[in-house]
Formats: sequence, structure tokens, C-alpha cells
Amino acid sequence: MNFPKNLKYTKTHEWVRFEDETTAYVGITDYAQDQLGDLVFVNLPAEGDTLACGEAFADVESVKAVSDVNAPVTGTVAEVNEALADAPEMMNEAPYEAWFVRVEDITDTDDLMDAEEYEEFVKTEG
Amino acid sequence: MKLIFERSVPGRHSDLLPVCDVPAAPADYAPRTRAPRLPELAEVQVDRHFTELAGETRGVNGGFYPLGSCTMKYNPAVNERLAALPGFTDIHPLQPADTVQGALELMKTEEKYLCEITGMDAMTLQPAAGAHGEFTGLLLIKAYHRSRGDQARTKIIVPDSAHGTNPASAAMAGFEVVNIASDANGYVDLDALRAAVGPDTAGLMLTNPNTVGLFDPHIEEITRIVHEAGGLNYYDGANLNAVMGIARPGDMGFDVMHLNLHKTFSTPHGGGGPGSGPCGCKAFLADFLPGLRVGDSPEGLVRQTALQTIGNMRSFAGNFLVIVKAYAYLLSIGREGVPVTAANAVLNANYMMNRLKDLYPMAYDTVCMHEFVMTLEQMKHQIDVSAMDIAKALLDHGIHPPTMYFPLIVHEALMVEPTETESKETLDEAIEVFRRIHEEALRDPEAIRMSPRTTRIQRPDEVKAARKPAVTYDFGA
Repeated sequence: MNFPKNLKYTKTHEWVRFEDETTAYVGITDYAQDQLGDLVFVNLPAEGDTLACGEAFADVESVKAVSDVNAPVTGTVAEVNEALADAPEMMNEAPYEAWFVRVEDITDTDDLMDAEEYEEFVKTEG
Repeated sequence: MKLIFERSVPGRHSDLLPVCDVPAAPADYAPRTRAPRLPELAEVQVDRHFTELAGETRGVNGGFYPLGSCTMKYNPAVNERLAALPGFTDIHPLQPADTVQGALELMKTEEKYLCEITGMDAMTLQPAAGAHGEFTGLLLIKAYHRSRGDQARTKIIVPDSAHGTNPASAAMAGFEVVNIASDANGYVDLDALRAAVGPDTAGLMLTNPNTVGLFDPHIEEITRIVHEAGGLNYYDGANLNAVMGIARPGDMGFDVMHLNLHKTFSTPHGGGGPGSGPCGCKAFLADFLPGLRVGDSPEGLVRQTALQTIGNMRSFAGNFLVIVKAYAYLLSIGREGVPVTAANAVLNANYMMNRLKDLYPMAYDTVCMHEFVMTLEQMKHQIDVSAMDIAKALLDHGIHPPTMYFPLIVHEALMVEPTETESKETLDEAIEVFRRIHEEALRDPEAIRMSPRTTRIQRPDEVKAARKPAVTYDFGA
């Protein structure tokens, strides 16, 4: 399992890659995709939508189940990775490249973990 | 097997239809520019095609079908016989009421029986399925708050163990869904519930027994917390089979609920449907009920509409013949049979669970209700045999797999609901199969991962089916 050092993580298995203090990319972790299994559908927000910390902003569907994806930050959706909708398998193949949204004007962040803390957290989950 | 279109031969036909005795005229109003490409076959080929198709499917008539949360009980033949009576089949919903008194009486009596079983005061038989009943119930809750001029109640609380239809129905009805966690025993977390309720609470949706097959011991406390906050309590009747005739949702503090006639009341399910999801409520909500209501008048039974009705949820009387089948079931088991049915459903589940729990760890080690959930997480970690693999292996033994990967709060879940209609012999055989598969999994896990081996289709590519479904037929030119 892969835990890139340059990312921050949530307890609900999303990753955040900060570009600067108020801009970040968001996706789901390697652990999340492994638990969900093959992903077949993703429901993405629209550009301009507001994200609120801890609240669902997207959902993903695998052959097993549908799951919410929670916002790790509060901010505005500046860009949506539309390619994901056509190729949800990207989330399985390269979870840390398969970003969902680029968020701007970030005003708040969830309790985020660094790679080491998240790796430890995942161990206790399993 | 071949598609019916692949069996078609141009010009081939059946003599079933008489020769057309009206002159053909061009339908210049029709948007169609060419004849529909219907398959062309002789009657015998059609018959064989559908017989083969029937052989490809699996039903309760074919063998044990312990699909958890679905209550796949046997569908008695007498139901079909009564629902086929011409007095029920050859009538029209717009016929004058005095010519369909029998049908109206059946609806009225069934409503009364179902109200008696559930502790509700009034019920609509109109919804066509469980989720449709949920949606109806939520619209009743909405209409109730609006009628009091309370617009602030926009949230429906749903525990994380709920059926997926609950949050979906709440969202469809325009509510915001608030998820609350279950406690370690799979029950509603009372502190989480207390923290979640407030002046914006429209109601709570709950299944009891819940989706892990446990009766919530705090049920009265739960419904009281919601009532004290000004919300209403919705009961998802999916699991009523475990308690009917013994405990009533109306007495537990629920205000509105739905039933699944196609689960609890033995009407066909799934592809054999259609379903029927009556929605019942307490008297203070009855004025909002949808659709056709049956009432008394000096001339006999008449069709009525509730005063502040939310409107029609479906055309006319809903799936009327399904309602007839459920009525036949109620009459055949009788008042005494209702609690006996529930007791046997619970007994069968506990018998199976106790004879399997030494090999298959249960998610909750306690007395269960009508179904139980095992977790194969350990097996998955140790020998890489998953719940899916065990489910597939059951197919080789003629058993329909239990519900898999549900509820979501249990990992590698298999949820088994034997129902009361299975004999001890059938349960013993199934237990033996489960135990043999476990033994084989330890000895030769690869063999289990390769199962099923005896079915015509082994492991369909579910990912490809979901990502790139082929649901059309290419006629060529």
C-alpha cells in the first residue's frame, strides 16, 4: 500500500495535495480504492460548487457499494477532473493521480494526518 | 443460449392470431417509418425459448434461497389461484363502485388486517414497492409538518446500518439526510441520536429488527427522543417478518411505516413480482394519505379521496392482484398463524447461526432475529478466500447465495435469512454445505476461488458489465 509523503489524509480516506495555502487537489486513497474494489462510477460536483469540511461532495460506486467522498477542506471547486467520469478505473490504477477536484479559496481544513499518521491509522482500521 | 432475435426467421409465424379482418390503412399520424423488428417464430419455438429461459433462472421453487433482508419465503400456489379469479382479473378500475363491491371489500378488509398487525390506524395499498412506500411515508411526514406551518424541519435522520433505499427515499422527498453511527452492538447510538435531533428534524427512519438482524432494545427510548424533538418516526417494514403478530411498530412509537407484501406476505419477489409496498400511518396523518381510499356509504362501499391528500402515488389501486395474493396468504395462515410465522422465522435463523458459528464468525455474537450476518474478514486475511468466493461456491451446491457485502458496517459480510418456510431438513443440508465449503476452503482455497464450476456461467465480469454494459441487440443493416 502506497502513502505518498507529500499528501495529507483524512480519517475517511481522502487525500489532499496542497498547491499553496488556499489551493489543493483532492482524491481518494490507495487504501480506499482497495477496500471499495473495482470502481465503476463516480458522481462529481460542478465547477463553482462550495465544499464544506467533512461533508460529502462526491460519491463513488464499486461493484460492491456506493460510498460518499467527504470534503477534507472548505472552499470552492475551481476545476473538476471530468476524465474520471469516463474512466473510473483510473481511481483503482493510480489513486494519487486520479484527482476529483481542484479547490480554491480554502478557508478551513479538516483534522488532516500526514503520511506516517495515516499509515498507522489504516493499520488500526484493518 | 440464443436470443429470441437470433432464432427469428423472416416470414416464420404462428397461427395463434386470426387473419386481420379490417382493411389495412397507412397510419400517417405515426412517427414510425418502418415496421417494428419483432422476432418471427413459430409458437413451438417461442414456447421452447421461454422454457429454456425459465431454466436459466433461479427461484424459491428451485431450491434454498437465503437472501438476507429479502425474505424469500415460499409463494403459496393458492395465492396465484385466487388472484386468477375472473372477479379480480376481469374488472376495470373505473368501473362503477356498485359493480366491484367484492374488490373494494377485499381492499378495505386487507387494510384493516394490516393495520391490526402493525398498530397503524390507516393504510394506503397504492405504493408499488418498498422504496415507493418509503417515499410515500416521507411525503406524509412532509405534509404533516407543512400543515402545521413548520417549514424548518428539513432533515431526516438515518442510521448507518439502514437499507440504502432509506437515504435515497429521503433525498427524493426533498429532505437532507443526516447519518448517525451505530454502536458496537449494531444498535442506534443513543448519544449520537440525541446530538442529531433538533428543531430541524423532520423524522427518523429505522428498521427494527435492524439490518444486522437485531431487535433494538432501546426502541422506545429512540422513538421518544425523536418525538420530544418534534420529529416523527418512520418504520421500514422490510424486517417485519421477524416480529409480526408479536410486536407492533405502532406500539414502539412509530407514526408511519411501509410493508413489503412481496417479502412478509408471501407474494412473488424480484423478477417474479411486481411488488407492493403499502404505507400505513397513525390517525393524525390519515388525512394526507394518497390515492383511492375505500369508505362506507348507504349504497355500500365507495371510492374516496383523503381530505388533504398528497395526491396519487400510482394509478388507481396500486398492484391490485398482488394485494389479492397477500390477502389470500393472510386468510390461509389466519390470525393465529401470523405470530407462529414470525417465531419460526426467528427459530430457523437462530438454528442455522448456532450450527455455523464455530466455523463462520458472526458479526454480532448474540441471539438473532430472522437473519444473521457472518463476517469472513479473518478468512479473507488468512487464506484470501472472500465472502464473494464462499457465495460462488454455494452455487455449486444448488443454494442461492446469501446477501453479500451488506450491511456496509460489516466487512466481508454474508447475510443469511432462511425464512420460516424452510424445513429442518433443508436447513441441515444447507448447514452441511456451508461446513463442507469451509473445510474445502482451508484445504484448497484455490478451488473455492475458482468456483462455481457447475453453473453455465461461472464468474461474469461484473466490472465490465457495470462500466460497459451491452444491453442492445445489433440487427445489422
